[in-house]
Amino acid sequence: MIRDQETMQILLDSIRSFVNEALIPREEEVAETDEIPEDIVSQMRDMGLFGLTIPEEFGGLGVTMEEEVNIAFELGRTSPAFRSFIGTNNGIGSIGILLDGTEEQKATYLPKLASGEILSSFCLTEPDSGSDAASLRTTAVRDGDHYLINGTKRYITNAPHAGIFTVMARTDPEIKGAKGISAFIVEATTPGITIGKCDKKMGQKGAHTADVIFDNVRVPSSALIGENEGVGFKTAMKVLDKGRLHIAAIAVGAAERVLEDSLRYAMERKQFGRPISDFQLIQAMLADSKAEIYAARCMVLDAARRRDDGLSVSTEASCAKMFATEMCSRVADRGVQIHGGAGYVSDYAVERFYRDVRLFRLYEGTTQIQQVIISRNMIREAQQ
Amino acid sequence: MKVLVAIKRVIDYNVKIRVKSDHSDVDLTNVKMAMNPFCEIAVEEAVRLKEKGVATEVVVVTIGPKAAQEQLRTALALGADRAIHVETDLRVESLGAARALAKIVEEQQPGLVILGKQAIDTDNNQTGQMLAALTGLPQGTFASEVAVEDGRLRVTREIDGGLETLELTLPAIVTTDLRLNEPRYAKLPDIMKAKKKPLEVRTPADLGVELASRIKLLKVEPPAERQAGIKVGSVDELIDKLKNEAKVIS
Repeated sequence: MIRDQETMQILLDSIRSFVNEALIPREEEVAETDEIPEDIVSQMRDMGLFGLTIPEEFGGLGVTMEEEVNIAFELGRTSPAFRSFIGTNNGIGSIGILLDGTEEQKATYLPKLASGEILSSFCLTEPDSGSDAASLRTTAVRDGDHYLINGTKRYITNAPHAGIFTVMARTDPEIKGAKGISAFIVEATTPGITIGKCDKKMGQKGAHTADVIFDNVRVPSSALIGENEGVGFKTAMKVLDKGRLHIAAIAVGAAERVLEDSLRYAMERKQFGRPISDFQLIQAMLADSKAEIYAARCMVLDAARRRDDGLSVSTEASCAKMFATEMCSRVADRGVQIHGGAGYVSDYAVERFYRDVRLFRLYEGTTQIQQVIISRNMIREAQQ
Repeated sequence: MKVLVAIKRVIDYNVKIRVKSDHSDVDLTNVKMAMNPFCEIAVEEAVRLKEKGVATEVVVVTIGPKAAQEQLRTALALGADRAIHVETDLRVESLGAARALAKIVEEQQPGLVILGKQAIDTDNNQTGQMLAALTGLPQGTFASEVAVEDGRLRVTREIDGGLETLELTLPAIVTTDLRLNEPRYAKLPDIMKAKKKPLEVRTPADLGVELASRIKLLKVEPPAERQAGIKVGSVDELIDKLKNEAKVIS
């Protein structure tokens, strides 16, 4: 649901110019230094990119799902590291406070997250709990007016930069699964928190993930999201479709970028006396990529519009996430193939994208988890 | 001080220009349009003057089709306070634009008018100068630096031999060169708010100006394709080629 087409167009044009002129020329620097340059961070803050999904009353843009995926199509066209830096404030790092937080929690944190003054990280995954998130072991034990949090969280995006963590911890060990889990807002300066070394990842240099270790971290009971036990996790699970559509849209953007680069290369590179784009086997790869990207874009937009219309999109979001991210890897693979030997050396962006986009099929639910969700939904509906 | 900025909707600078198959004009079908880059610099300069407390109000004006309101909204998002749209579907030529702008200047009584030095569609580089002539105001063209000091305007101009600095009495007309400033990206919340800023629609008729074309466009040709360049091994080889192949030096 795009509220105002003209305004949206100006907004997308502005983001596209920023991506083309400010971000794409700095991709290599980010890959080399494994760091988003401070001047870029400050430009992203100035533009308001940290608060896309946070409501206007808290200083954000309050975009609809359709608006969000349109923005993600644009942001996807450059290194995923840039998107990752603003990603947590716009998604998993703010959504718990937004949906379940008390008025005081919202007023305290959301404006700072929208402006990018602080970053927020989402602490769910643990060494022994990934896809089976509800089996997590981190505990939060009530101690008078406080809770004591203990446990280790793994692969936490933006952990080294975070001002606050949304921490999922078990408040009731008697209740197995999701119902026993609560969500806490934990400030990064709280004693007892240790951030591990940054993970050495296959790609996405500049985007940082690390372990976060909680050792007797004492937080006031006002840090409990919604001031009720057993709330945060359930809501987090309910809005997973939103994150999935966002990643699907980023994958579409990245695939479009890889295809643009591949097309340009194919038209410039000459073999046998003519551009390789003259050859039909190259043309087939270009065409397959174009059609698949178009299909994924349509899926993402359709699912986003349905979600804005208030429909349940669990199946559609999983379909879009699975198809778009798998498609993106295929397009990146063809991109390397079209570039030939040049695609295997880091002089061309396609080598980096090939590694960067691999992650899309893993986080926000692996492809296999999406398959399970889709088929379970199908079976459940057929049984009714 | 009120600052008036004139902007133009043109083909986006990233777009590869194509000529219609009958050579009657440039093909604009499904082509991305944007604010002329020199006009972006003009808007940026006006907004900076406002941020410095020199300007009190920034009014942005354009002459063109309804779709040109998108560029006005962009200017509003960048910090202009209100917009005037002189709506016409006619092909607007420099003199017609200058005449309409002269009327707007007469109505608005700005302390300073800033325009891009030229628009990247036809590269005429005329409107600012014509506006100065029609209004009888002093002009500083191709500005690379602008400062208001003691009620006078100091304009540094880029000229062939270097830089020239002029002092103008206000009100005055300034046209912007590329190095005057680097325009900012619009803040996304400001883009949302731009919708609520006032935009007044006028017609050439109610301004009392005639925009009908005085120039007949006969034919549009794309520039000749350039040969690929070569790398030379030494300065001597370069000089040899310039002398004997290109024959540009003797």
